[in-house]
Amino acid sequence: MNCLWCDRQIIPEINWENIFMLAKPKSLCGECEGKLEYLQGSRCKKCSRLSEEAVCLDCKWWNEHAERDSIAFNYSIFNYNSFMQDMIAKWKYRGDYVLGTAFKLDLFQVFSKRFAFLKNEALLVPIPLSEERLRERGFNQAKMLAEFLPLPCEELLTRIHGEKQSKKTRTARISTNNPFKLTKTVNKSVILVDDIYTTGTTLRHAGSLLKAHGCPEVYAFTLIRG
Amino acid sequence: MDIKNTSHDSPPLEIYARQFSGKLLLRTEILLDENTFQQLLSLHLFTPVQSIKRKKFTYQCQRCGNQKRSLFATLPRTSGKKILHYCRNCIEMGRVIDSEPLYYWTGKPVKWLEHEAPCTWDGQLTAAQQRAADHIVNAVNNHQQELLIWAVCGAGKTEMLFPGMATALSAGKRICIATPRADVVRELMPRLQKAFQHVPVQGLYGGSKDRAGTAQIIIATTHQLLRYREAFDLLIIDEIDAFPFHADASLPFAANRAKAPQHTTIYLTATPRQEQRRQMVGNKLPHIFVPIRFHGHPLPVPTMKMSFSLKKELQKSEVPLALMKWLKNRKHQTRQLLIFVPTIQLADNMRDQLFVRFRKEGLIKSTNELAAVHAQDPDRTEKVQAFRKKDILIMITTTILERGVTFPSVDVVILDAGHEVFDEAALVQIAGRAGRSPDDPTGEVVFFHDGRTDAMVEAVDSIRLMNKRGGFH
Repeated sequence: MNCLWCDRQIIPEINWENIFMLAKPKSLCGECEGKLEYLQGSRCKKCSRLSEEAVCLDCKWWNEHAERDSIAFNYSIFNYNSFMQDMIAKWKYRGDYVLGTAFKLDLFQVFSKRFAFLKNEALLVPIPLSEERLRERGFNQAKMLAEFLPLPCEELLTRIHGEKQSKKTRTARISTNNPFKLTKTVNKSVILVDDIYTTGTTLRHAGSLLKAHGCPEVYAFTLIRG
Repeated sequence: MDIKNTSHDSPPLEIYARQFSGKLLLRTEILLDENTFQQLLSLHLFTPVQSIKRKKFTYQCQRCGNQKRSLFATLPRTSGKKILHYCRNCIEMGRVIDSEPLYYWTGKPVKWLEHEAPCTWDGQLTAAQQRAADHIVNAVNNHQQELLIWAVCGAGKTEMLFPGMATALSAGKRICIATPRADVVRELMPRLQKAFQHVPVQGLYGGSKDRAGTAQIIIATTHQLLRYREAFDLLIIDEIDAFPFHADASLPFAANRAKAPQHTTIYLTATPRQEQRRQMVGNKLPHIFVPIRFHGHPLPVPTMKMSFSLKKELQKSEVPLALMKWLKNRKHQTRQLLIFVPTIQLADNMRDQLFVRFRKEGLIKSTNELAAVHAQDPDRTEKVQAFRKKDILIMITTTILERGVTFPSVDVVILDAGHEVFDEAALVQIAGRAGRSPDDPTGEVVFFHDGRTDAMVEAVDSIRLMNKRGGFH
């Protein structure tokens, strides 16, 4: 197996942990894996941003504007450091699909721990791409992530083509109109899955649409807290 | 616009030919609307080629030549369609998928201008440079396929190329200078534009402003050659022994494809690798050796200094005793100093330690006079510039400054010269940083080590040999 990032061969080290059992095959070499930065320490319980306060300033604002807030909480795994930015750029924007599998194990483990309280009574909904973007990229990165998780996944949302989120400013993002459409209603809790939480607007647009059509509770699970 | 009604030599086609001839592009890189593109395609002005070929146990990307199984992957299947493979090796330049062909121009080829006396450089070549230049001119005139120029560091390689380039330009040929690094492209651009004032010159590298690549003289990083096919009559490949050209098989693949059917390829190197030496010895590769620097002085010969405590000191990022001892007795205290270290981490760690120590010894006055630079440093261009302006006196660096950069008056030190990153070529190149200026043609080069390696001995031997061949004893 070669490292998905640097293509060097991964030579598994034999230690007490794996001497009796086959180790899970790794997709990144030790050096590249070490450059990924987990979110560690105290974080905002609502949006996963690293912060000393229980609820960060941004989320206090969302709490005050409860009519626009539709998400119970977001949980993220990684920090958006420069290595992660390079990886996302290659995976998403260059379209190197297979690179996404590097996150599979972490995603599965963290999800199983953090969303165990839902007791499998929830549905995963990936944030969609517009048809145009999907054709260009060849895959939906959010769907790819959702498929690594142990709950049923359904593409309930569609998206109207617009400018890339990453090319907009914060205010422009927060004040945009809802770009999503719902194809089917749900009466189960929904966990929205996406790659990055930046301002949380995209996820809240999707969340409010779901809630308006009878969804009892919406959570968000994202790979990165931007 | 309806192309069918316009004749073959009408202006728009001429423009397309100029834009696309000699290129090998993905559909997304051809900036034409679908209608125009389809018309050109049906007129066979564009020809599609399969982008990924199936081989026995693997695939081959037709743009970069990649055949490594781990560098191919598949996209998820969309309903009813077949599985799509893509190449991961050259994905930074746009994704090559097996369902989308690559296109090249098969319309009328571009007729490049035949320039009369295109060279506007008024400098004088030394006798040694002139000899090499004459060989290049001959090679161009006789359509000789290959010629290797082995010129010592500081021989003035760029100037040697001018007569040959002028000959090619006056015969209406197209020229590409390919070099492994973007820094060198940026440095060469103004020099070449000045030497050939009436010929359009374009510089291409990842993130360059100019992306058209349609000029008669192209200076490009070797990666940019991935977008060319049968384009250049004269291809000059700089530093063939340098990373990534010698390590990345896709670059020779692309360089080979970028040559016009009748071409001349000039290789430049100061430190040929084993393979090229074998070819030279076996007379398989025509070559010429330029043993003298343009200022006529010999190459500085490195001295090796053994230090038993070196590894231990470097591990703790302490300033090696041997270094301090040498520094105090240095003959030219005013020269700037380049300190090469094997790893990025060490470069960063040493900076603080050296600063405290040097300040105590009075070697530097302020923090700004000492800097560390490495490939991942965002300010690297600025720092190199500051070193050139002598705002920075002492620079700690990894091998990124080993070649292609010229500072007039420096002493050079390598800490842990026995480390595996310092192979023979690297050591010779590093030693070649010293004594570049005619005003200060000597310079000290010191290898600090805790045990001689073959590379060190070979580097010193090869520098001595080059000096000997240059007539110095």
